[in-house]
Amino acid sequence: MNELCNLTAVELGKKIAAGETDAVAAMQAVIENIEAKEDELNCYVTFDKEAALKRAKEVKKLMDEGKLSGPLAGVPVAIKDNMCTKGMLTTCSSKILSNFVPTYSSEAVINLEKAGAVIIGKTNMDEFAMGSTTETSAYGVTKNPRNTEHVPGGSSGGSAAAVAADECFFALGSDTGGSIRQPASYCGVVGLKPTYGTVSRYGLIAYGSSLDQIGPLCKDVTDCATIMDIIASYDPKDSTSIKREKYDFTSALKEDVKGMKIGIPRTYFKEGLDGEVKDAVLKAVDVLKQRGAIVSEFDLDLVDYAIPTYYTIADAEASSNLERFDGVKYGYRAKEYDGLHNMYKKTRSEGFGPEVKRRIMLGSFVLSSGYYDAYYLKALKVKALIKKAFDDAFTKYDVIIGPVAPTTAPKLGASLSDPIKMYLSDIYTISLNLAGLPGLSIPVGKDKSGLPIGMQLIGDCFKEDNIIRAGYTYEQAVK
Amino acid sequence: MANIISDETIEYVGILAKLELSSEEKEVAKKDLADMLNYIDKLSELDTTGVEPMSHVFSAGNVMREDVVTNGDGSEDTLSNAPSRKDDTFIVPKTVEG
Repeated sequence: MNELCNLTAVELGKKIAAGETDAVAAMQAVIENIEAKEDELNCYVTFDKEAALKRAKEVKKLMDEGKLSGPLAGVPVAIKDNMCTKGMLTTCSSKILSNFVPTYSSEAVINLEKAGAVIIGKTNMDEFAMGSTTETSAYGVTKNPRNTEHVPGGSSGGSAAAVAADECFFALGSDTGGSIRQPASYCGVVGLKPTYGTVSRYGLIAYGSSLDQIGPLCKDVTDCATIMDIIASYDPKDSTSIKREKYDFTSALKEDVKGMKIGIPRTYFKEGLDGEVKDAVLKAVDVLKQRGAIVSEFDLDLVDYAIPTYYTIADAEASSNLERFDGVKYGYRAKEYDGLHNMYKKTRSEGFGPEVKRRIMLGSFVLSSGYYDAYYLKALKVKALIKKAFDDAFTKYDVIIGPVAPTTAPKLGASLSDPIKMYLSDIYTISLNLAGLPGLSIPVGKDKSGLPIGMQLIGDCFKEDNIIRAGYTYEQAVK
Repeated sequence: MANIISDETIEYVGILAKLELSSEEKEVAKKDLADMLNYIDKLSELDTTGVEPMSHVFSAGNVMREDVVTNGDGSEDTLSNAPSRKDDTFIVPKTVEG
């Protein structure tokens, strides 16, 4: 493997800026690596070598002319396939969008391109981001580069695997219930779900709009903060975009947790949590304690209610959001049908996979007359209680730390047969989406079979600086 | 209380969701839906009397803007994705009888 591929995004950006390499050489290095590994791993849904090289040449030219510079200028990036990319196939890993070429790019992608990052291609995911293993993709499973008998996690499994396999220097993912943090954990990379509304959702194909948030998957915390500086922005085109006081995340890259109050929720460490995961996370917490953090345990309420609340709300929103896929204006249309309504039904039935259908049906049911109050409205009330439990905790703590997932990556094929069991893998991540909170997943070791273990650092809304600082301090300590 | 999903209910959900299910798919869907509802019923353990439903974590009002086109004419690009088109229109099956 070309040694450039071992660099982090920021390290590569520095080498490019110093003239030691350039955007085209970096792209060529990553392409070689993709060609060597992709047959086995399948991280990408769309990868067009010539188009990627052409983009790299354009960026190199701008940089040579002095018109473009910055920490990620010339650095190749992979984009999850639910973010629109103008002129580039965007499938959401679904048959229903198998031929969809967006006429515009998502705001996060535009921000990256303005900063000079060069798109390699589009990464595999669970269909419409509905899944926790990347096995519901219509374009084949992605394998975990750390152990190819295991899943990479999901739904941003292609992005996480591409980072872990050095098939990109960093990637964008999206997180509705853990879809950045959990695959980051399973693949041993860094992933951040920012505070809701921090990165524009414009051009992100919606799953659960009140929960969806775009964020980075990358090799270390420095990359993470650097990418956030670029992709976070207030965007009038996203009506839920929040105007934040500051968009500076890299200033939090400080090796200092003295006096930082860290809360450990006992409920996250009870039954259901794998012993090796537990030990690795608590050991990592000790590292922060030794560096001056004040660590104490507390009881976080309502943990067991987060998953049923989430699936009610997310599926309700999905059933509404996915109504647009009707075979009229874009995407797949059934070949044979009898009239308009039958065309809709046939198109959707042939175009969506089983997990997507399952969620659309549950969502339609909980929103239907007679059940709306009992299910949907009830879930919105419990969401308010979950938010309050976190609000209370953040009056006492700067950061809450726990595991990302109860286990390391399961084996391929072991999860899909029992949906509820698969949903349980998101138990520690899902409540952050309900409460809008930022969460950072960083690698803290491996289990005895060599699979990565992730630690989740949870911050209060708009307090990414705390979790970035704690994550960075840990990372430097164990380097 | 265990939920049981009737044929009528799954038929109705199919209409709402605009999905056409085979008879095997219907049986699987009945079981999956019942399992999920049994699971979601856990929420009824919580007393939520007086709790305001939270649809959005940050209080969000409507965001308004002037009704002015800012992104130019993208109609040809848009139509190029159409499963079926004629000139500047999308072709769909007949929608009005008579």
